[in-house]
Amino acid sequence: MYTPDEMMTVTAARSMRNGMTCFVGIGLPSEAANLARRTHAPDLVLIYESGAVGAKPDHVPLSIGDGVLAETADAVVSVPEIFNYWLQPGRIDVGFLGAAQLDRYGNINTTMIGGNYARPAVRLPGSGGAPEIAAACREVVVVLRQSRRTFADRLDFVTSVGFGAGADSRRQLGLTGAGPTLVITDLGVLRPDPDSHQLGLTGIYPGISVDQIRDSTGWELAVSPDLSELAPPSAAELAALRLLLAGGATS
Amino acid sequence: MAEIVTLADAIAATVHDGDTVAMEGFTHLIPHAAGHEVIRQRRRDLTLVRMTPDIIYDQLIGAGCARKLVFGWAGNPGVGSLHRFRDAVENAWPNQLELEEHSHAGMANRFVAGASGLPFAVMRGYRGTSLAAHTAGVADITCPFTGETLTAVSALRPDVAVIHAQRADRRGNVQYWGLSGVQKEAVLASARSVITVEEIVDTLAPQPGAVVLPSWTVEYVAAVPGGAHPSYALGYTERDNEFYKAWDEISRDRQRFLAWLDEHVYGDAAATSTAATSTGATSTGARAGAAS
Repeated sequence: MYTPDEMMTVTAARSMRNGMTCFVGIGLPSEAANLARRTHAPDLVLIYESGAVGAKPDHVPLSIGDGVLAETADAVVSVPEIFNYWLQPGRIDVGFLGAAQLDRYGNINTTMIGGNYARPAVRLPGSGGAPEIAAACREVVVVLRQSRRTFADRLDFVTSVGFGAGADSRRQLGLTGAGPTLVITDLGVLRPDPDSHQLGLTGIYPGISVDQIRDSTGWELAVSPDLSELAPPSAAELAALRLLLAGGATS
Repeated sequence: MAEIVTLADAIAATVHDGDTVAMEGFTHLIPHAAGHEVIRQRRRDLTLVRMTPDIIYDQLIGAGCARKLVFGWAGNPGVGSLHRFRDAVENAWPNQLELEEHSHAGMANRFVAGASGLPFAVMRGYRGTSLAAHTAGVADITCPFTGETLTAVSALRPDVAVIHAQRADRRGNVQYWGLSGVQKEAVLASARSVITVEEIVDTLAPQPGAVVLPSWTVEYVAAVPGGAHPSYALGYTERDNEFYKAWDEISRDRQRFLAWLDEHVYGDAAATSTAATSTGATSTGARAGAAS
C-alpha cells in the first residue's frame, strides 16, 4: 500500500529525465528531485537558488541553504549570479515548483489569500525565486496537493506566471520558457491544452475517479480524451522514497 | 579601516532609530546574535531589508523594532509560516508593518545596483505578476539597443549592512565561504557595516571560493562565536534545523514569544561578552573579542 502523497512524489520523480538540469524549490519538489537522483536519474543536476549548482545531498535538506548542498555541489555561486547568469538566460531545463494556489492557466499564488493586499486574511511567504524560475526555465513542473482551495477559480495574487490569461498571453508577456507543461497532484496529472493553454486532466492515479478530481477543482475541469491511468509506485520506488524521507543515506 | 569592538558597541555606533538596515545571509551565515543586540538596544522604526526575512526578522518584527519590511520571501524555510511576520501583516501586532515586496532575483539585483553605484538594475522579471502593481521601485524600461522591454528595479542603499562571517584578521579584513548569498553586495551598497565573525585570527589563510572584504570596506568587526545560530557558519557550526522547527511553536503565540524574548534575548544582556569568553572551541577569536 502507498499514500496519495507517495504516489504524487513518485510521479513527480518519474517526470525528471536523467542528465537534465533542474532548478529545485524546497518541499515536495526537493523530495521528488532527490528521489529521482536515487532511482532512475542519478545524473540529474540539482540547482538550488541559494547558489548550489550540481548539489548531491545524501538526505533531503530542510532548507535550500543547508550545509550539505554547498558541501556536495559542483560549484557554489552568489545569489545575484545564480539568478543572472544561470537562471535568467534560459539555460536550465526544468523548474520544479510548489504552490499554495494554482489557476486553470497554471498561474501560481504564494503571496496572500482573502482581504486585500495591505491587510490579507492569510499572508503567505511571497515569491522568493519562483517568479523568475517560472519565467525562464525551459519548462516548469508544478507539484501540489489538489483541492477546491488549492485549485482556485481566481487567484487573489499572481505571484508567478504560468500561461497568464491563456492562449498567446505568455508569449506576449515576453516570458522565454515554455511555462508549466506538467502539474502533478495527489490525484493525477494535468497538462496544458496546446492552443488555449488551459490545464486539463491527462493522467489519473489508480483508485481515483474523475468525479473525485472534478470535485477537487475550483473550475470546470477539462478531461483529456486520452486520459490514462498511471502505474502505482513500484516496490523499489516506494522503498527508496521511504528511506529518503526517513533521513537514510543512499545505499 | 575596520575597528574591532564588542557587538554591543558596534550596534550602538551604527544602528539608530529610523535607519534602513540590511541583515543578510541566505540561510547560511545569518547574523542572529547581531539581530538580538538590536532588539536589546530597543531600536525602533527600522526599515528592515532582507531577501528572506527568516527567523531573525520574525524576532525583530515581533519585538517591535520594525516599521517597514523590504523583502522577497517571508517564510520559515522548510517549516512553514513566520508567525510574528503574519501577525504584524494580518493584525498589525505589535504595530503596523509596511511592506515593500520583491522577488529574490529583484532584491539581489537591487543590492547589485547599490553596490555598483547605479540608480537601478536591469533584469527580466515581474512581467504578468501582481507584484509590480503593489511595489514601488519596479518599472518597464526599453533597451536602447534592441528596443526590447525589460524590467528596471531601483537600487538598495541601506544605512547599515550587518552580516556574519567565518573569520577576520586583526586588521579587520573579513573572509567567508560556502553559500555566499548577497552579503558582499549588501556591505558595498550600505553606508555603514557591522560584521560578526566566528573567530579573529592573526592571518587569513587562503580558502577555496572565499570572499574577502578588505578592512577598508568595513566599519566594525566583532567576534561572536556561534553568532549565526540557529543558522550556521560552514566549517564551524551546523544549521540547527530542530530550532527552526521549534520556532514554529514558540512564535505561534504572542505570550509564548514574549516569554522567549525575555528569557533568551533581554535576559541575556551579557550575551556578547559571555559568548566571547566562554566558548573555548574558538578561543583565539574569543579572546580577541573579550579583550576589546
